[in-house]
Amino acid sequence: MKLAILHELNAERTARRPVILVTDTESGEQRLVKAKDFAKDPLGAELEKQLRMGKSANVEAGGKKMFLNVYAPTAKLVIIGAVHISQALAPLARSLGYDVTVVDPRTAFASPERFPDIPLVAEWPDTALPPLNVDAYTAFVAVTHDPKIDDPALLHAFERNCFYIGALGSRKTHAKRGDRLRAQGARDTDIARIHAPIGLAIGAVSPSEIAVSIMAEITAVLRLPPKEKEEAA
Amino acid sequence: MLDRDEDILKAAEDWQKAGRGVALATVVETWGSAPRPAGSSLVINDEGTFLGSVSGGCVEGAVVTEAMDVIQSGKPRMLEFGVADETAWNVGLSCGGTIRVFVEKVG
Repeated sequence: MKLAILHELNAERTARRPVILVTDTESGEQRLVKAKDFAKDPLGAELEKQLRMGKSANVEAGGKKMFLNVYAPTAKLVIIGAVHISQALAPLARSLGYDVTVVDPRTAFASPERFPDIPLVAEWPDTALPPLNVDAYTAFVAVTHDPKIDDPALLHAFERNCFYIGALGSRKTHAKRGDRLRAQGARDTDIARIHAPIGLAIGAVSPSEIAVSIMAEITAVLRLPPKEKEEAA
Repeated sequence: MLDRDEDILKAAEDWQKAGRGVALATVVETWGSAPRPAGSSLVINDEGTFLGSVSGGCVEGAVVTEAMDVIQSGKPRMLEFGVADETAWNVGLSCGGTIRVFVEKVG
């Protein structure tokens, strides 16, 4: 690997931008393709697919064997609300490979005893969120049930283009939330991005089951191609 | 995306900049129950220091030896390990899978 390619690869990874390294395994020739350039690449469709799956693979192109090595940023999960569901959700998400952070200004909730080994930020969202670098590789879940905490957090998630945004609450609660967020400048397209009621409909009752339904929904949004995604949601 | 690898590519860059000969070994294909998926990598320097893994520890020794040659020659090489061939018996990929590992010089 040329040092220039390695340097660029490391720079992209540090900036949390997805790239794929394409290697001709016969000749050793390589090129680095940034996600934003996939559309104009001859291997565009394969690159899209492998990035979505988060999986490196071999492809044949023009009689050559190419290895596509996928470097996608580690997915993050930001949980707003150190509630009972979050106690099940945080370790589950971590076992799936997410970097998890729990945010709740209520110190009685955001206590290390309740969340052993999980990074906790006991601050209001406007203080807690900017340093977390919420981005397009972040799933964002608001489960406090308290509009004073959830609403500003959701506005931040819209701004940062999170790949998944979910919020706890019935359809009725969610309709009221939509009205409040619109009054604070959110667009209808933003509101439409919120998965609410949160999680796949699997009849979840206990906090752990709700955590499973949330992670199942996040996984579907992350991995399924756009069309099947709509059907699952 | 969901892998939590130690930052071996950063180490590769740092070693190279510090004047070391460096090679990168990457799993490019797996069959059967291979311990590490395609894309997993191992970085080796000319002192024999290595970081990362391409298997559960079974074939790293052999990969490091080959990597030393690659650092010398500068020519990339494809290695294959599996239970079906003699090399694999020697180095012992006990999981029963087969892997192909691409070894290249950095820089």
